[in-house]
Amino acid sequence: MKFIRVKAIAKKELIQIWRDPLSLAMAFLMPVMLLFIFGYAITLDVNNLKTVVYDLDKSSLSRELVDSFRASGNFEVVGNIHEQKEIDSYLDSGKAFVVISIPKDFSEKLKTGRDTSLQVIVDGSDSNTATIALGYISAITDMYSQRIKGVRITPLIDPRVRVWYNPELKSRNFIIPGLIAVIMAVITALLTSLTIAREWERGTMEQLISTPVKVPELILGKLIPYFFIGFIDVIFSVLLAVFLFEVPLRGSPLLLMLLSSIFLFGGLSLGILISIVAKSQLVASQISMIATFLPAFLLSGFMYSISNMPKALQIFTLAIPSRYFVTMLKGIFLKGSTLKLLLFETMLLSAFGLFVFAVANKKFRKKVI
Amino acid sequence: MMRSSIAVKVRGLTKRFGDFVAVDNIDLSIKKGEIFGFLGPNGAGKSTTIKMLCGLLLPTGGTGTVGGFDIMKQSEEIKKNIGYMSQKFSLYDDLTVEENIHFFSGIYGVTNSRKKERLGWVLEMAGLQDKRKAVTKTLPGGFKQRLALGCAILHEPPIVFLDEPTSGVDPISRRNFWNLINEMSKAEITIFVTTHYMDEADYCNRLALIYRGKVIAEGTPNELKQKYMTRYVLEVEVDKVVEAMEVMYKNGIETAIFGSLLHATVDNMEKAIPRIKNLLEESNIPLNRIERIVPSLEDVFVALIEVS
Ligand SMILES: Nc1ncnc2c1ncn2[C@@H]1O[C@H](COP(=O)(O)OP(=O)(O)O)[C@@H](O)[C@H]1O
Ligand SMILES: [Mg+2]
Repeated sequence: MKFIRVKAIAKKELIQIWRDPLSLAMAFLMPVMLLFIFGYAITLDVNNLKTVVYDLDKSSLSRELVDSFRASGNFEVVGNIHEQKEIDSYLDSGKAFVVISIPKDFSEKLKTGRDTSLQVIVDGSDSNTATIALGYISAITDMYSQRIKGVRITPLIDPRVRVWYNPELKSRNFIIPGLIAVIMAVITALLTSLTIAREWERGTMEQLISTPVKVPELILGKLIPYFFIGFIDVIFSVLLAVFLFEVPLRGSPLLLMLLSSIFLFGGLSLGILISIVAKSQLVASQISMIATFLPAFLLSGFMYSISNMPKALQIFTLAIPSRYFVTMLKGIFLKGSTLKLLLFETMLLSAFGLFVFAVANKKFRKKVI
Repeated sequence: MMRSSIAVKVRGLTKRFGDFVAVDNIDLSIKKGEIFGFLGPNGAGKSTTIKMLCGLLLPTGGTGTVGGFDIMKQSEEIKKNIGYMSQKFSLYDDLTVEENIHFFSGIYGVTNSRKKERLGWVLEMAGLQDKRKAVTKTLPGGFKQRLALGCAILHEPPIVFLDEPTSGVDPISRRNFWNLINEMSKAEITIFVTTHYMDEADYCNRLALIYRGKVIAEGTPNELKQKYMTRYVLEVEVDKVVEAMEVMYKNGIETAIFGSLLHATVDNMEKAIPRIKNLLEESNIPLNRIERIVPSLEDVFVALIEVS
């Protein structure tokens, strides 16, 4: 391993990134923008949604339910209606965003310990707000039914609207740290997935592999500039999380950066490996998107808790590096976790990085075909 | 270390791509310090051969050494001892001239003390002193080619492989380039160069002609001319070139225009010269000069390829 060669490659790579606006944007703008957009889309808090109540039961229990809606602060009851046809006029004119319709037998069923339902109509045109409103509604009805000795009230939701993201309606504090992990998982692999493939496409690789450069020198030289870029991205993301989204950072920022470095090494190595196997920029970028985004989004514990997954899937998540990073970030941000608490994750993430790096070295052949 | 006088030696070198045989059982032996020309039309198998010799492509069959190292097992050792310039321009387009040179200096492990000297040498050799800060993609073809050559020999390798270094370059740049190759050869560097320009063959010390994956002729330029060119070429100088050609052509003499001159290819020189003189006199075309010349290798190769 000659340092002079690693340095030459790292420097060349850095110059190329610096001269290419697209690479620059992908390296520095994309992660911050993704965090910004997804952060807001998923965690937007909505208050004082204009709500009308169509109470056919008119009992003390139904009034209590309406009160708990009001008390949440998310809903503002702007009126009561007495006829079905009024619903449309309220929604169409925009005078109301939500209509809560309480059936005639509501209190009677509750008193006799039977399950009952609630009809909820939400203006679906702003799907984002609608989604969030639905989340609140189920949370409020859940709480209310628990108060009433475990009787279930199912809000019948207007089929035009589906809870799409954030189905468990986790709060912003939970979402943002995980989101950083997901975005970094995608970005790291994407960044490096182009580098080797690009050299094959442009023909520069043929010249490079005719030299005495060694494979680890080449791979390391390509990793280094992206490692620093990734590091800067993490810093930006943490700053956004703390100052814009106001997520508390309870643990050590130093530990956060240390563990992020381990994650970056693995993610960037994975991108290199994909680039080596794919040999084409288009294929490489598509593979790296699929290989990182879906697992990171669905199986890392970011969206769905791993403990609720089927056993087989739970075991499968052990092979997903972003799983460990999600745990690390959530832990450090929200619980102030120490390295000791995150030792398991740290070890597995390090092992993943070293393994992928080794495979990448093995897969790269200094031959044209 | 081997102290032999042979730089490259291969026997039975073969490359198959599936069923297709791109290089078919060729033998080559190249002496140190030689300019070895590897000539052939497009698709003949030149690049495939050169890549196998440079350790970039694993041969399907054959044995041999480059710089004393086994072509099958020691590709990485070979890569330490060669310079390679690929057919397609393969420096970094988005880097400046100087950045490309620095990069390859680093890759070849040129030490700091030599680095500056080599940079200066490449810039001078390629005539790029006042373009050192220019982004490479803005350079004209001839400059790019010389820069690529410079980057390939920064580390002063004993053997250099050049794959069609002069294709797509203007004639003056081509001549300059061959002068550079000559200079390198004087410095005891072995040069393996491919080309599909037959007229460049005369610059080489020795040649092999490859056609459809097979070497169909080998030798020095003179050997090849003597061995394969049994007909005579007469150079005819007249003022009315086109008219003279028509007359000769009509009378069954193979004639071609070469600039302001005519070349006639004949079987019997003693009979042909008086005949041409007569024909031109009858047509009132004054003849300035007629003499036998040495045929070019292009003629030889065209004849050889027709035979194969
Ligand atoms: N990787 C490859 N796969 C299949 N065929 C190839 C490959 N590389 C070259 N060939 C074929 O081998 C033949 C020789 O190619 P090449 O050595 O590039 O010729 P030249 O350099 O003399 O123009 C051509 O017919 C070409 O199509
Ligand atoms: Mg070729």
